[in-house]
Amino acid sequence: MKIQRRYLRLAVLVAVLTLVASACSGDDDEGGAGQGTGSGTAAELQRVGGSMEVAAVWSGTEQANFRQVLDAFTTKTGTQVTYTSTGDEIATILRTRIQGSSPPDVAILPQPGLLRDLAAQGALKPIEDVAGQAVTANFAAHWKELGSVNGQLFGVFFKGANKSLGWYNVSAFRNAGVQAPRTFDELMTTARTLKDSGVTPYSIGGGAGWVLTDLFENIYLRQAGPEKYDQLSRHEIPWTDQSVKDALRTLGRLLSDRSMIAGDPTQVTFVQSVDAVFRTPPEAAIVFEGDFVPGSATQQATAGRDYDSFAFPAIGSSPASVVGGGDAVVMMKDTPQAKELVKFLASGEAAEIWAKLGGFSSPNKAVNPSVYPDDVTRKNATALAQAQVFKFDMSDLAPADFGGTPSRGEWALLQQFAANPSNVDGIAAELEAAAAASFR
Amino acid sequence: MVEPPAGRAPSQTLPAGVGGSSGPAPPGAPVAAVRRGSGTGGGAKRGMAALFLAPALILLGALVVYPIFATIVASFQNRTGNEFVGLANYEELLTNHRTLVAIRNSIVWVAVVPATMTALGLVFAVLSERVTFQRAFKAAIFMPMAISLLAGGVIWRVMYEEAPERGVLNAAIRAATEVVRPPGEYTGAAPSEGMEGAGKGMALTAPVVAGGNYTLGLVALPPEQVPEDALQAVTPVPAADEVVGVVFRDFRPGGGGVRGAVDEGELGLPGMKVDLREADGDVAQSALSGEDGTFRIEDVAAGTYRLELSPANFREPFGGVQWLGPTLITPSIIVAYIWVWAGFAMMVLAAGLAALPREVLEAARVDGANEWQNFRRIIVPLLKPEMGVVFITLVIYALKIFDIVLVVAPEAVQDNANVIALEMWRTAFGARDQGLGAAVAVLLFLLVLPVMLLNLRKFRGERD
Repeated sequence: MKIQRRYLRLAVLVAVLTLVASACSGDDDEGGAGQGTGSGTAAELQRVGGSMEVAAVWSGTEQANFRQVLDAFTTKTGTQVTYTSTGDEIATILRTRIQGSSPPDVAILPQPGLLRDLAAQGALKPIEDVAGQAVTANFAAHWKELGSVNGQLFGVFFKGANKSLGWYNVSAFRNAGVQAPRTFDELMTTARTLKDSGVTPYSIGGGAGWVLTDLFENIYLRQAGPEKYDQLSRHEIPWTDQSVKDALRTLGRLLSDRSMIAGDPTQVTFVQSVDAVFRTPPEAAIVFEGDFVPGSATQQATAGRDYDSFAFPAIGSSPASVVGGGDAVVMMKDTPQAKELVKFLASGEAAEIWAKLGGFSSPNKAVNPSVYPDDVTRKNATALAQAQVFKFDMSDLAPADFGGTPSRGEWALLQQFAANPSNVDGIAAELEAAAAASFR
Repeated sequence: MVEPPAGRAPSQTLPAGVGGSSGPAPPGAPVAAVRRGSGTGGGAKRGMAALFLAPALILLGALVVYPIFATIVASFQNRTGNEFVGLANYEELLTNHRTLVAIRNSIVWVAVVPATMTALGLVFAVLSERVTFQRAFKAAIFMPMAISLLAGGVIWRVMYEEAPERGVLNAAIRAATEVVRPPGEYTGAAPSEGMEGAGKGMALTAPVVAGGNYTLGLVALPPEQVPEDALQAVTPVPAADEVVGVVFRDFRPGGGGVRGAVDEGELGLPGMKVDLREADGDVAQSALSGEDGTFRIEDVAAGTYRLELSPANFREPFGGVQWLGPTLITPSIIVAYIWVWAGFAMMVLAAGLAALPREVLEAARVDGANEWQNFRRIIVPLLKPEMGVVFITLVIYALKIFDIVLVVAPEAVQDNANVIALEMWRTAFGARDQGLGAAVAVLLFLLVLPVMLLNLRKFRGERD
């Protein structure tokens, strides 16, 4: 009797907790309801109801912001959405779920390589009928290509990243009386003037290998052109190619004069490199990296007033080119809920919800630029959506041990190059040896 | 006898476990005795023993024995583990420059760490018996062991930073050197138009004569570095036997202006030592610039001279030792490791020391032995078993060293600081090459195995 009463109490407790939990999630839904108003193209959605699961890498603030997008979807369709944050292990988690035949309805993939692999496995459903029209109308052709395998559309890019940017300290530029450089030669004279004014021109966080690969890719895309870029991405031309050596020489022009760089470019971490430019007074004037730079600074600084950005300078007559990344929405189960969510995420309306909250660039041309929170973000997001040439980050397309592992492959070799920028031929040969071993 | 601390990684617990269950261990003895004693109850008792042993055996099998064999099998497979490749991984292991560096570094660790630490621990243990605040002394040495190796590594990583503004070691060295060699007030300045000699004493390119009026422009000076009392630079007027001029920051805030000439908004650089050098290089006269940057050298004889800004104005401050650079990285990490682990050696040896028979030491003293002879001929020989334990334990730890290298070595020099255990992790989980990673693990296992067996034999010898 006594035992029974204890169980009863426990059951009541569980019931109460469940009620509280569901009440909380109910609040969340209402909170998101007001966010779904945008000025871009609205998606025609059906009230399909039911429930579904979506998996992506985002956590923390990004997860909270994406939640608001999902809440707007719930308001429109009545579908309850469970969000699963995979962290960096999305490939492993999705493969395990596929093996266990319980994939999420929709996943958002950070690498085109993963999209290709999963499509080849047959784990993705084609979305031509679902979002084909929207993708053709609202995205530049290269985004459609990146989301397609063998001519069939599998992914639509919801979020993008522009990694072709230089960030500068406004007061350092004003002090020296210089403007944001548009060409590489202008960059060289600007740097000289900055140096004369008493500020170190460059901050390079080469303590992290990926900072150097991004720098190399930006130079390579502009100097060698998009065709060569694609060939090198697939390792169809060797790293000992003349175009690679030329790009390394150009990179060497940035790296060879140590008095022009704040700190040791093989030791400074990425965050230190950003802070050096965002600090007052600045330790350096310019840092090259993607649109995530302001979010990485630990210094308080205001966009436009304290820092600003410029597009990575053109080399020769290169067109407006962007090296970047993106997260593609793919459908893993053919359910009405999944179809509606893909349709929604392909619309400008969904992207505008997150764009308003900041830390987000959309490759979708239907997004009204006025929704971005400040001019700097707007400029960079527009450059991403309007780029004549867009290429996915080459090192993200390469096998992990060549393009994605600290102290390995391209990361380590470009750090060696930063330590000794005159060794062009030697590093090119070592890059080729490492690439040949990885692209098997 | 003092036990070494509990194992921290499977590679250590593993052979101990295997050895314990397969050797003539005590648990086997009672069972055998029972079997001999009675024929009927034996089966039940053995079943009972098996029942009690089962959980431990199952755990050992699942967590230790199985992973060893799985790793050995994986070391003969390709990177994803779906194809056998024979000895290819081992061939790669022994020809790859990176793994060879890792093996070399591990050898350095094994050669340096156990010996240094045992010696240091012995010194600390003996000394701690003599000092007044024995407990405080021991606690201070032992304290770093209370924090994890990872946290200790982070502390040292920050202390080793190259920039003296961040790294406390270099800050201390800088403070000491600046007492002897104070840095110049205008470090980092570069010559402007008409000047030469960047980084050293900067001089006018053209020769100077008495009655001349010269402008010495400098660039690359941050506005904060110009003294607050500096005024707009002006060009002074010379008398016939004078050399006059102005030293100024040849950069107008906001840009513009003519290089090599004094423009509106360009400040003079006060306190600059200007040397007038004769043709043979000797200093004829010197002057100090004023608030507006002007200087005046009087009574100058006819002839041509060279006008130079003394190198002392530009003397660089101490830039910092590259503790974390490719050459010093392994010694730097070893020092950090010794700091964390010195307490372990000291405690074990101090315990051994406390248990030493005092009569022997006193007898030696009565016989006229001095302290050194006491230490050398009595303490060291009697402490040999404890020293052996410390040494062997540290050999194993030095072979397995991983976390502190990962934390202290910056990404760019991790190849230079690489050790076998780190290489195993980076290959298997960073570069996602399971086969090669497993081969590195097997190599590490083979290296640890003989030391483990030696350790086991010592224990068994002492028990018998």
